[in-house]
Amino acid sequence: MAEETLGPDLGRRKILNWLLGTSAGAFLLSVFYPVSRYLIPPKAEESTSRTVTLSLKPAEVKANSGEIFRFGNQPAILIRTPAGELKAFSAVCTHLACIVQYRADLSHIWCACHNGHFDLNGLNIAGPPPRPLEQYTVNVRGDQIVVSKGA
Amino acid sequence: MTMEGSDKQRGRLWMWLNERIGLAELEKFAKKKEVPVHRHTVWYYFGGMTLFLFLVQVATGILLLLYYRPSAEEAYESIQFLMTEVEFGWLIRSIHSWAANLMILTLFIHLFSALLLQAYRSPREITWMSGVGLLGLALAFGFTGYLLPWNELAFFATRVGTEIPGVLPLVGSFLRRLLRGGDDVTGATLTRFYGIHVAVLPLLATLFLGLHLFLVQKHGMSVPPGVEKKSASKQAMPFFPNFLLRDLVGWLSALALLAALAAYYPAELGQKADPFKPAPVGIKPEWYFMFMFQTLKLLPSYILGVEGEMVGIVGFGLGGLFLLLVPFLDRRVARGEPSPLFTWIVIGIVSYMVALTYLGYTMSPTK
Repeated sequence: MAEETLGPDLGRRKILNWLLGTSAGAFLLSVFYPVSRYLIPPKAEESTSRTVTLSLKPAEVKANSGEIFRFGNQPAILIRTPAGELKAFSAVCTHLACIVQYRADLSHIWCACHNGHFDLNGLNIAGPPPRPLEQYTVNVRGDQIVVSKGA
Repeated sequence: MTMEGSDKQRGRLWMWLNERIGLAELEKFAKKKEVPVHRHTVWYYFGGMTLFLFLVQVATGILLLLYYRPSAEEAYESIQFLMTEVEFGWLIRSIHSWAANLMILTLFIHLFSALLLQAYRSPREITWMSGVGLLGLALAFGFTGYLLPWNELAFFATRVGTEIPGVLPLVGSFLRRLLRGGDDVTGATLTRFYGIHVAVLPLLATLFLGLHLFLVQKHGMSVPPGVEKKSASKQAMPFFPNFLLRDLVGWLSALALLAALAAYYPAELGQKADPFKPAPVGIKPEWYFMFMFQTLKLLPSYILGVEGEMVGIVGFGLGGLFLLLVPFLDRRVARGEPSPLFTWIVIGIVSYMVALTYLGYTMSPTK
């Protein structure tokens, strides 16, 4: 037995230290676990809608211009190319998440934060952005513009 | 007590207090410190100046709390009200904004002068590291405080700033959520930053500052190695009251400068943040983040197969770590030898920061 080799006092001290250590550990855990969970925000409801009908009319979007619109809880950009085609992309820059805009003088999409350039297909053509913008499908039904994600 | 002779000349109140809280010991502690006098003495004033500006921040910050409302719906309006309706509201906010900028400036001067005069060498390693900690806290104060008016510039600065840790592999998206209080910069981010700015950071700053000042008092001011070798007879002046009175002159001048800056260039408010509007043309961060911002702007999208932003961010992280560990990296100065290499590294870092900041303010934002 450990107690006999260490003597009764040392054995008792060892057990008491162990009890003290584990209860201090358990105490810290019971404080820091709830606090750390508290600091992480709950998951927000992801917007499940894969399509959105814009309040803009097709005639209101002039050639060589762009407008930001809400796609669920994210910003997206609708552009009409100089050739007259309507296109939509995510408006969140793939570099550091600023919101992009349409530059009529360059006839393409641009991000003001770090000077990122995207062409009319959303491809990153200059500046720091590492990836193209996500493209959405645009359908015109009568005088309504419907934008949808995916195929 | 040995002070009995002088006790008699003191008033009865002094003696009454001395018996209860030990004023004589406090006085001894204050008188213990001497400030070395040599050709670099002027740099000793910048630490105290930073401290003074921090105190101005505490005082004006408390005053701003009385009107500020930390929510996405009310923050901008509450500051608009403060600036236009509340008497001297513009003054308090402008001083808070200017003192923040001046504090970072004096902190940088204090840091780089300590670095160039190699004040970090033994036994002041912990003094140095607590100072680097205070720099980190000051930058965090600036970053979190910048969002609180909830204007356009603040919104995008925070979007970019909180995206930066998000770039890191594995922990990135977790850190971003933790900082933002959600997946995007929203009202949840504002209340989080508010709590950090007015409670967490002041508490940490007080602790770090306490340690820093205690160590400065314990070790005294560092004498640069060059001066230490040259002069055998050490000139010095007492800290209390000689140096402190000189400090006070500086503090009063700083206060006058603050008042002038606040009156002639009051803090602006700009447009209210709109999460569904493009980033404004010419957007830029506070000047002390400019060199990093400009670096991120100039880095190409890929460097040797790694995303450019990642290279930049990891680079700045390593730079910060280097700064923190300077006392342990500079082996030559630890042995009491001259170390010109570190002097050149510091000059290189400062030149880089100045050059990129200059570019940030002069390059056309639309090209």
